[in-house]
Amino acid sequence: MSANNLQLTDDGRLRHLLTLDGLPARILTQILDTAESFLGVSEAERDVKKVPLLRGKAIFNIFFENSTRTRTTFEIAAKRLSADVVNLNINASSQSKGETLLDTIANLSAMQADMFIVRHAAAGAGHLIARHVAPHIHIVNAGDGRCSHPTQGLLDMFTLRHYKGPFHNLRVAIVGDVLHSRVARSQIHALTTLGCPEVRVVAPKTLLPRDVENLGVHVFHKMSEGIKDVDAVLMLRLQNERMRGARLPSAGEYYKHWGLTPDKLKLAKPDAIVMHPGPMNRGVEIDSAVADGMQSVILSQVTFGIAVRMAVMSILAGN
Amino acid sequence: MPKQLPKPEQLIDLLAEQIKPQLHPDCALVGIHTGGVWIMDALVERLGIVGNPNIPRGVLDIAFYRDDFSRIGLHPETKPSHLPFDVEDRSILLIDDVLFTGRTIRAAMNLLFDYGRPAAIKLAVLVDRGGRELPVCADYVGLKLDLAADEHISLEKNETEGLHFVMKRKP
Repeated sequence: MSANNLQLTDDGRLRHLLTLDGLPARILTQILDTAESFLGVSEAERDVKKVPLLRGKAIFNIFFENSTRTRTTFEIAAKRLSADVVNLNINASSQSKGETLLDTIANLSAMQADMFIVRHAAAGAGHLIARHVAPHIHIVNAGDGRCSHPTQGLLDMFTLRHYKGPFHNLRVAIVGDVLHSRVARSQIHALTTLGCPEVRVVAPKTLLPRDVENLGVHVFHKMSEGIKDVDAVLMLRLQNERMRGARLPSAGEYYKHWGLTPDKLKLAKPDAIVMHPGPMNRGVEIDSAVADGMQSVILSQVTFGIAVRMAVMSILAGN
Repeated sequence: MPKQLPKPEQLIDLLAEQIKPQLHPDCALVGIHTGGVWIMDALVERLGIVGNPNIPRGVLDIAFYRDDFSRIGLHPETKPSHLPFDVEDRSILLIDDVLFTGRTIRAAMNLLFDYGRPAAIKLAVLVDRGGRELPVCADYVGLKLDLAADEHISLEKNETEGLHFVMKRKP
């Protein structure tokens, strides 16, 4: 079964958000446009920084993997929609007592859940859950294995569009550990669907999936060539545990070749923006002078992430 | 159904005549997307308050406050609401194109109250077509019509015709 059979209703509306792979441009654009309207909900003029859209709905944040930013922004988003939010860190809970994933979900469904936000180390966990929940329950994938992190991909698209305008004019470089990155996969699917004409991936051979060209990207193995004249540099987090394997020599060596420094950033267009999904390894994939510099929009990504997640949750809950 | 559709520009003139003598000097105008915003922009000229800093203007989109969300979901095209003034203690003139069930106005008032506690809210509509389902009534009305439940009048705007009404029959 393709992901879209699970994700979309018979009449083509979004039922679950599991992956951006294959999701039509009209749905991506609807989410981005709706998020524009949600940005205002937190503006200073409002006494009440929430809207009543999901009043009475129960949203369960179930995180089988650690996350601070993603879990928190989902929680804030749900609260700004007036939903009731329950956070569950399953590491420390029933799973350690041997309960299966589907049993956990069945129990939470019996507590009248309307939506599950799921992060799991196993690829396809969200798909599995989506196949087994009652029809009125919606699933949002908040990161599954190396596979997909659709709301991160969407907030990155929102940020890009906000600062750089329409996608059909953009040249974008995704830099770093593409191999292990669910963020990179979601970014690539979204960028190609939204009509970005030049998506580059810039990484050492050991950190690229073998068939990456099939995703419609241009591959660069040199930072100096890869980020030359781009409109945006999308940095990826280098996961520390990769360092211990044989894929990379050392953090210092990685920084020398792949870290985004002010000098390397000069090769991009002068008004290029720098993005990073966080958490950042300063001095490994990104220099502090860049992370905190004028071209960085990394903190805007966090703010926009709330509006994008509000859009996803309210579109799902209404479908 | 009326034989001839009303002319919006004439109705805006009528509305402006009613509003002008009663316009609070420190009020704010708030148009409801999309028709209400068009009317607000046209009214500002008729009321002679273009650029008047004491009478700010705001726009509302009520999509996040609708009462039919659980039935029909989120409206596919939402627009940002923007009220660039302090709602607290201010007199507000709320402007919409067609008053029908009153549900849009209920939603708009809830939205306004999330920005603060206004001193007063008055409502101006171009057409009151009857068929109220909530206890809402307008303070200023361009034209009263008595339409059947399946008749729907809406305000539209394009380059050739400018503002114009469209009448449709739908159950």
